[in-house]
Amino acid sequence: MLRYALRRLASLGLSLLLASAVIFAVVEVIPGDPASYMLGINASEDTLAAVRADLGLDRPVIERYALWLAGMAQGDFGDSYAYRTPVAGLVAERLAVSLPLTVYALVLSTLLAIPAGLLAASRRGRAADWGVMGVTQLGVATPNFWFAILLVVIFAINLRWVSAGGFPGWDKGFWLGVKALTLPAVALALPQASILARVMRSALLDTMDEDFVRTARAKGLSRGQALRRHAFRNALIPVLTILGLQFSFLIAGGIIIENVFFLPGLGRLVFQGIAQRDLILVESVTMLLVFAVIVVAFLVDLAYAWVDPRLRRR
Amino acid sequence: MASALIRLARAGLGAIALAALAAGVAEARGATIGMQLEPPVLDPTAGAAAAIDEIVYSNIFEGLVKFAEDGSIVPGLAESWEISDFGLVYTFKLRSGVKFHDGTDFDAEDVKFSLDRISAEGSQNAQKALYASILETAVIDPMTVRITLSQPTGAFLFYLAWGDAVIVAPESAATNAETPVGTGPFKFANWAKGDSVEIVRNDEYWGAKAKLDGAVFKFISDPNAAFAAVMAEDIDAFPGFPAPEILDQLAADPRFLVVVGSSEGETILSTNNKAGPLADVRVRAAIAHAIDRKALIDGAMYGYGAPIGTHFAPHHPDYVDLTLQSAYDPEFSKKLLAEAGYEGGLTLRLKLPPPSYARRGGEIVASQLRAVGIETEISNLEWAAWLEEVFKKKDYDLTIVSHTEPFDIGIYARPDYYFNYDSAEFQTTFAMLERTSDPAERSSLVKALERIIADDYVNGYLFQLARTSVQNASLKGLWKHSPTQANDLTKAYWE
Repeated sequence: MLRYALRRLASLGLSLLLASAVIFAVVEVIPGDPASYMLGINASEDTLAAVRADLGLDRPVIERYALWLAGMAQGDFGDSYAYRTPVAGLVAERLAVSLPLTVYALVLSTLLAIPAGLLAASRRGRAADWGVMGVTQLGVATPNFWFAILLVVIFAINLRWVSAGGFPGWDKGFWLGVKALTLPAVALALPQASILARVMRSALLDTMDEDFVRTARAKGLSRGQALRRHAFRNALIPVLTILGLQFSFLIAGGIIIENVFFLPGLGRLVFQGIAQRDLILVESVTMLLVFAVIVVAFLVDLAYAWVDPRLRRR
Repeated sequence: MASALIRLARAGLGAIALAALAAGVAEARGATIGMQLEPPVLDPTAGAAAAIDEIVYSNIFEGLVKFAEDGSIVPGLAESWEISDFGLVYTFKLRSGVKFHDGTDFDAEDVKFSLDRISAEGSQNAQKALYASILETAVIDPMTVRITLSQPTGAFLFYLAWGDAVIVAPESAATNAETPVGTGPFKFANWAKGDSVEIVRNDEYWGAKAKLDGAVFKFISDPNAAFAAVMAEDIDAFPGFPAPEILDQLAADPRFLVVVGSSEGETILSTNNKAGPLADVRVRAAIAHAIDRKALIDGAMYGYGAPIGTHFAPHHPDYVDLTLQSAYDPEFSKKLLAEAGYEGGLTLRLKLPPPSYARRGGEIVASQLRAVGIETEISNLEWAAWLEEVFKKKDYDLTIVSHTEPFDIGIYARPDYYFNYDSAEFQTTFAMLERTSDPAERSSLVKALERIIADDYVNGYLFQLARTSVQNASLKGLWKHSPTQANDLTKAYWE
């Protein structure tokens, strides 16, 4: 288990370094000058130069890359060009929205998907199966922003139960925060739950055909018992894979939903950063996301090994 | 799924009743204002983003003078002023008893500090050039300041009214970006980044106190989300509402008031006056006559906007209506093109920035130009790329953009400006205007300037951007027009 973990850790480090070079190169070649974006069309040349010097943009590219890497190694992600405050602080503020939203959506989606997948698999070919498959087909096909707008129309505009969007901040009270995140989480969870339920169902059905399940059935277990005791744990591998991918996707990919509900999340921060040519912000946040994706993948790998002891010896 | 929704709804009810109570109390006293963009900083002297002034101008920060709603200049922190020595010396008498929000006193030293800071070495003021003629700012006594100019600058008071020239205190200047400290009727309270900025009434204000308890500026960039927020009454007013197509629907709702005012945004088909065929005034005139402004305003702006024939705001007293000089006449356009030697047609590059007036307007302009034989290759650019390619490198033939600075006809006097327009006649007339302070003479010079650029067909003059706002029907006292990019809440109140 330890050697397995160490090997994964080494490849993690290499992936990060490669990612940093690619991200930096890509962001730097986007045309556009952060200083002229900030100062607008009337700025004089010496003002622009003063701002560029202040931001460190007058230094050579290689030097800036080295400084950026060195900073990150010490946990310093630099100062945002546009906001003039540390990127780390900005990201932390946004994560306070994005992370709970992601977790909320994933919990909702798991709570919906696992029972639905189990139900469909155990009632294979019957009405319940058809029902779950039909609803999830619809869930996968529904664009989440459309569903989000529908939720806003029903619950915010017609019923007036919640605000149409925005986030009051956790300091205004835990439940107000949860309330603000509920519609977005539902909108995010629906398509994810649909995918997850379908994966759960097919993984369960696949393992039901395996020899060890047949043996279990031969020992006298009912189909339902074999499904829950033997097939379920084995079917978790593809489900974990999907969950890991969904977590990474949701943390920044919630941008469309963030826009619909005007939530101050990470996705919108990056989006705004790109428009404002806040290069350092875009680079650092992208890097953090890469880091998160890699770490999540690493944790998922470890979880595989936990679920499936055979993987530890490989 | 359905049962889950119902459960969710039930769970939500309790919390919502509580929130509604809290919201009810807040709404009666403060106001929530919607804005499309979030400012990067809250210091109007450290950036050009319109969103900065839309929050702080006249609310948090004040200058020596300021814009009133009709665009006129009214006293701000200066009670009165005298102009002498042929417009070279301005003596300002300051208001006494004014305090900054942090409790420090306002006096002549603060004025000197603020103005010196603009032109200082390494200054990051986006409008530094406007104040380049300031030779010296001298403190005569704590309540009197004398500004000496190196050359007469007819629009100097006007420039002083810009948000870029607000008075800041040396104690707080460095931290204004995050926690602005000014002298205005509202104090900064909180900035939830990405979500909102909150301001509260300043009870120590020197002038008439604000009627609102405070205000929250909420940032909603997506037009659909803005519509939802208005419909759900999450926001009380949305000045510059981003979706003109929905305004009719909102106007029909008795809860809301749709206000159509004018802005300082001359929306023009900017033309590179040195790019091949465009160097020929006949080609530029052909473009001007090929454009059906009425169809453009109806198609791109849902009817909101006023046609213009020169680079000047129609609501301004010195405006000259020159739209007939660019009247829609495709046959005349074809004739002009033939005269210039382009009977077989020509192809131009049309580069469009992100706003919907440009993107939607661009498609319509392109089809109108095609009708007279001018093909366009449209490319859509982000702002940063537009600034780089079009504005800085002048690598374009045509673009559509709204020039939102008030009284900005002076840009035509800059030969290196992205229009590439170099006219000795315009430059000398503008220099004369700068030296003139007599109102009548100024007025006739301004009118002459408007005519010169219309005669030269420098750009295709399209329309004046309307300022369309949606507000709660009982919220009164908001600005209808926007003489500068601001949401002055000084006189706003609930009825």
